[in-house]
This record gives sequence, C-alpha cells and structure tokens, in this order.
Amino acid sequence: MAADLTAAPTEHMTGAEIVIRALADQGVEHIFGYPGGAVLPIYDALFQQNSIEHVLVRHEQGATHMAEGYARSSGKPGVVLVTSGPGATNAVTGLTDALMDSIPLVCITGQVPTHLIGSDAFQECDTVGITRPCTKHNYLVKDVNDLAQVLHEAFYVATSGRPGPVVVDIPKDVQFATGGYIGPRNVVHKTYHPKLKGDAEKIKAAIEILRTAKKPIFYTGGGVINSGPRASELLREFARMTGAPVTSTLMGLGAYPASDPQWLGMLGMHGSFEANNAMHDCDVMLCVGARFDDRITGRLDAFSPGSRKIHIDIDPSSINKNVKVEVGIVGDVAHVLEDMIQIWKASRAQIDPAGLMDWERRINSWRARNCFAYKTSETTIKPQQAVERLYELTKGPDTYVTTEVGQHQMWAAQYYRFDEPNRWMTSGGLGTMGYGMPAAIGVQKAHPEALVIDIAGEASIQMCIQELSTAVQYNLPIKVFVLNNEYMGMVRQWQQLLHGSRYSHSYSEALPDFVKLAEAYGVKGLRCEHPDDLDATIQAMIDHQGPVFVDCVVDKMENCFPMIPSGRAHNEMLLGDVGEKTVNEAITEEGKMLV
Amino acid sequence: MRQPTGSAYFMEEHHEAVARHTLAILVDNEPGVLARVIGLFSGRGYNIDSLTVSEVSHETNLSRITVVTTGPGEVIDQIKTQLDRLVPVHSVVDLTLTGRALERELLLVKVRGKGENRVEALSLADAFRARVIDATIESFVFEITGKPDKLDQFILLMKPLGLVEVARTGVAAIARGPEGMDG
Repeated sequence: MAADLTAAPTEHMTGAEIVIRALADQGVEHIFGYPGGAVLPIYDALFQQNSIEHVLVRHEQGATHMAEGYARSSGKPGVVLVTSGPGATNAVTGLTDALMDSIPLVCITGQVPTHLIGSDAFQECDTVGITRPCTKHNYLVKDVNDLAQVLHEAFYVATSGRPGPVVVDIPKDVQFATGGYIGPRNVVHKTYHPKLKGDAEKIKAAIEILRTAKKPIFYTGGGVINSGPRASELLREFARMTGAPVTSTLMGLGAYPASDPQWLGMLGMHGSFEANNAMHDCDVMLCVGARFDDRITGRLDAFSPGSRKIHIDIDPSSINKNVKVEVGIVGDVAHVLEDMIQIWKASRAQIDPAGLMDWERRINSWRARNCFAYKTSETTIKPQQAVERLYELTKGPDTYVTTEVGQHQMWAAQYYRFDEPNRWMTSGGLGTMGYGMPAAIGVQKAHPEALVIDIAGEASIQMCIQELSTAVQYNLPIKVFVLNNEYMGMVRQWQQLLHGSRYSHSYSEALPDFVKLAEAYGVKGLRCEHPDDLDATIQAMIDHQGPVFVDCVVDKMENCFPMIPSGRAHNEMLLGDVGEKTVNEAITEEGKMLV
Repeated sequence: MRQPTGSAYFMEEHHEAVARHTLAILVDNEPGVLARVIGLFSGRGYNIDSLTVSEVSHETNLSRITVVTTGPGEVIDQIKTQLDRLVPVHSVVDLTLTGRALERELLLVKVRGKGENRVEALSLADAFRARVIDATIESFVFEITGKPDKLDQFILLMKPLGLVEVARTGVAAIARGPEGMDG
C-alpha cells in the first residue's frame, strides 16, 4: 500500500490528528458526517480545530449524497465521515451512486479496534469487504504510520482518471495511536497512473473519419463535466468548428449550452425525438466521455446501424464494452479535444458543407415534430408546465438544480435547460431515490450564494426527508420543489404501459401534509394546486431567504414522453400524443421482460 | 419467444466461439487484493476455470495471479481492461495471445487398492513420470506435474484403480523467451 517509502515523517501526532491534518492539507473545507463510537477520536480532533467545517447530517446516506452534490457542483472531492457498522452500511447506497456516476468521494469510516476485528464486536462490520465492489478502491489502515500516506493516496485515487469513491477504514486504536505524518507532496502512487493524453495516431484516425462525415453527431456525457470546465469550452469550440450537432446523456447536461442552435437535447429513453433520430441516422458518431449505457442505446442490435463510431473515454474498460467502436481513444476529454482541435485546424479539415446542410434540414424536420409538446389544463397543473415555469423564473448561471429519481427527474432533464456545466446534479447510473435533497444541501454548502433547487417527487423526497433538519441547522436556503402526483410516477407509468394498468403498490396512500411537515422542521412550506398560482408560488419560493418546501400538486396520470419502449430502437420512439392503443401495441411481449 | 438477456434491453447474444485464455496478473501483495480480483470475476459474471496466487518478489512486495478463464474474445478483452483498472494491479498479460505460454500444474493423487490394481497404478505412474511420495500397504500418494490435460488423463486412468482423492494447484503459466511480462 505504501508507495514512496523514502518520505520520512516530518511530525508526529495521533491518528485522529493525522486525519484532520491530511484533510486540511488536501484543501478540504467541508465534510459531511455523523459521529459514533468508533470515530470519537476523530470527532474530538475536529472539535479542536477551525480549518474544516463539519456538517452534521441526519442519516449517513444523506452525508454521501451531500458530498456528491458538493463534488459535482464544485469539481472538488466530497468528504464523508461516518462511524463503524451501521454508519458504514448506511453509506453504501451513496458510495454505489458515486461509483456509477464517477463522482470523487473520500469516505472515512471508523472501525472497531484492531484487536476486536473479526470478533463480531458491537457495531462491527466488514467495511472493506462490503464496500469493495461499490468503491473505486478502499483501505483498512492497521498501522498509524501508514495513515497519512493512505489518506493522500485516497484523494489521489478518488480524483484521478475516472473519478470515484474511496473508503478509508480506520480502527479506533489507530486513531488514538501516535504516528508520523507526511504531506501530500511526498506521496507518489506506485501503480495507478491513468493516461490523460490520447494516442496521437488514434486521434489522427478519428479526424480522418470525422472529416468524411456528411451526417455527424457528437454524443457527449458526464466525462466532459468530470474533465473540468476547460473540456466544456473545448467541446463548444470543436462543435462550432465542425458544425456537428450535439446531444448529451443525462449526466452530461450543461457541458454544451441548451440555448445553442446545434444542441439537439438529451438523448436516450426519454430523450428528444431529434436527438434519438439523429443518433440512429448519423454516419459518424463522436462519443465524448459517455459509456453507451442501456438507457442511451436502446436495442443494441439496432443502435445507430450506419455510423462509424469514435469513442473518447478515460476508462479503457468503457471502450467496446457495450458497443463496438472503430476508434477508441483512451484519455482525458479536455486533453483529447485539445489535440483534435489542433489537428483539425492544422489540416484545415472541414465537413462537407452541402452534406451538413442536408443533415441540418433533416434534423429540423425532426425538431418540427415538437416532441416535448403537451396539453395544458385550466384546472390542473401539468408537471411539464411546472418545470417550464420553474425554469423561466429561476434560470441563470447561479442556479443549480438537483433531482430525485423518476418522472420528475426526466421532466426536469427535458424542460429545465442548462447552459453551463456543474449546474445539474442527478443520480443517473444507480437511480437513487432520495438523492436530490441532500445533494442540494451539498451544492448549497459549496455555493452559499447560489439558488439551489431540488426538483423532486413526493415518493422520492420521503426517502431522505430527514435532511430538511440539516438544511435548517446550517441555514442552507435550498428550495425543494415537489411535483406531487401521489404516485410513484415512473413505476405507475410502466405499470400502465407494460402491466395492463394494474397499479400494484405504486399509489402513495397516507401521504403526509408536506406543508405542515416542512413547517415542523422549521422550513417554509408552500402549496400550489392551481395553474394560476404557479408563478406566484415559485416567486414566493425564490424570495424567501431560508429553505423552502413547495408541494406542487400536479396531474396524477401524466406520462413521461417521448419514450423509447423497452426492446425498441432509437427511431421507434413513442410520442406523447399517441393513443393508448398505439402505446400498448408498441411494447412487445419481450420488451415487458426488461427493466 | 426469444428470451431477452441483459439488464434493460436485448444485449447482443454472443455467437463468437468461446476460447480458453490464461491471464497473468501482477499485483501488490496487500490484504484484499485477491478478493478484488475474484470479486470482479463473480460480480461481472466471468468464469474462473483455474486460479493460482503466490508472492513472487518479496522485496517489491509483488504477487502473481494466474487465472484461466473462458469466453468470447470481446469478453476476454473486457476482463483484461477491468482487471487493469483495479488500483493495486501492476499489469495484466493474456499469455494465450502471446502464443508462447508454458503452463504447468501440480497434482497429488491418492490411490487405494491391492493386487493387480496396485501394480497397474504404479506402472502407469511410472509411465507418466509421477513420483510416489507416500505409500502404505494398500495405498499410494502420487505427485505429478504437467499440463492440465496430462493431469486430467492421469486422473482418468487412476479412477478404476482405486482413486480416493485429488488435490490440484491450478495452473501456473509463464511466456517462453527472454522477456519478462512487463517487457
């Protein structure tokens, strides 16, 4: 585990003090945590210093999502501190979420003293065993003299290459013991050195393919965001130079501005008609920091059948995993795009203007289908309308949006438009209900002056609702905007489309009075039930200085469209205005078997 | 009805022929590293036909894991890249692809019998260059090394002669020629 063994410790201190010192030396300003028996020494050291601010959560899952929101919105790693046993197991959901969405986290867990490990001690669990498959890497530190080294390594591993969560499990006796401290600059990792620069020959080959395109498309993802703001700038520059239209996964929204004419909207299962059709019909696809997830590709054997594919990814295992590509470039998005732009310029490359114009004409015909159209009602708020109004009244570079998981998440992705990266935080890979509100707290901590909104559903919000208390304690003015349809909406939608409208356990009976619940926490509660009150309620939410909870009562039966039904291809989308019969026919028996 | 496979949509079914590959993996000899490798195989549904692991360099604290696995070429590629991104993994080499792999395994076999069977077992062992490392009036323990299929063959022959039990080490493999696996 130790890498640079020649680095001699400069100072000696207790393990708990080493933890605090290492965090401070890593530039950590905020940590999210919950105390318990096995981390008391670290909490004691925390008490006696001022450089790191601790946010006390109400449940360890909340701490992990806060750290995720913090990381995703700031580009810095999120740090979590929890105790042994249940503290660690409660963190597992958030760790898995961070692994799936490539979010850099360092999670410090307390452990029972080394001499009790394996004895089934009180609050003991095999933390490194449990978290091995849901972290990028994890450590159990048995010697206090390894602790500083391991902590610095943990930050290095979490933030380099494809980012991810790292757990450092520290037994209580190691926290008490005295050992040597070494600073982060003395730590060089022995094995882990991800490749940032793309292979020059492959980049050249990619350019050669791209310049022959007549119907190009850029399919971008969370890797552009993770690569840093420079990657988003380069993506914009390269798209402008080539004239290629741009679509993005859920995780990549904001890397390319939604207000740009070359923007096609999100792709995938609930993506736009124009993005999915363009993916299907393109002749050259440049995938930038995305991973051909099943929500994106739809039916694999009918995925973009006529295109030559280029894939840029920092993780070699993502290339050729789901979809075979002609050129796979292993590297960091910003580094690779920079090289591509340089070669493109130097070789005066250009995509055939006539072909591009034709392609634009076809794309415009798909755009004209206006796939996000919906019917409004005079008496009932439509969820799409609620998000649209929310967008109009809150848009701006200082607005950050998080979501829970379900219909509201897809509506937020479809109707809220992002022009900048790091403004959109959502649980894409794991699909964790309960993610959004704690994530919003983390975002607010990183951006105290910003407007931070959690677009939520009434089912998801209840999975981590206890964190309202955290928002109140630290006076974090997050705005929770619940689209309340009394159903687990996405479950109900699938039951309607795939299971003969048998709504098995997807209706939330006995919902709490959310306004009263919010007030009980000390959060301002607002309810909105009529379309005419929508704007005023949103305005009241923005104007209130502290945290606000809006219970926005929306149409119960609205479905999320467009939709690629299970087992179908990109060009077989269902649009919102088709009849129920067509919807039923569109889904095959085989499709019903899939998730 | 065609059964859907994979999690969400039809995954392409693998029609490509499966092949046996021997991978050599150089890792830091630290606690949990074997669990990481095995967990990756079970978590992602890859096969392990044989597995050996041992420290190979005490000074540099390195262990070498040899895994024999079967799968279509693209799955083998996935296994390799997935292994490669484990943090304590130094390098992964597909020895089968080098075309120059030497593979050996050690087998211990206990055979119990009297009379003709006993004589026959002993002469077969001699033909296979197995060594007797324990003997009683009614049993032998043979030690034999060789390629896995040679050991399979030896076990097959011992079966009717009173085979009691078998212990195998799994395959250790190395490439021919002067170069080490890190080139």
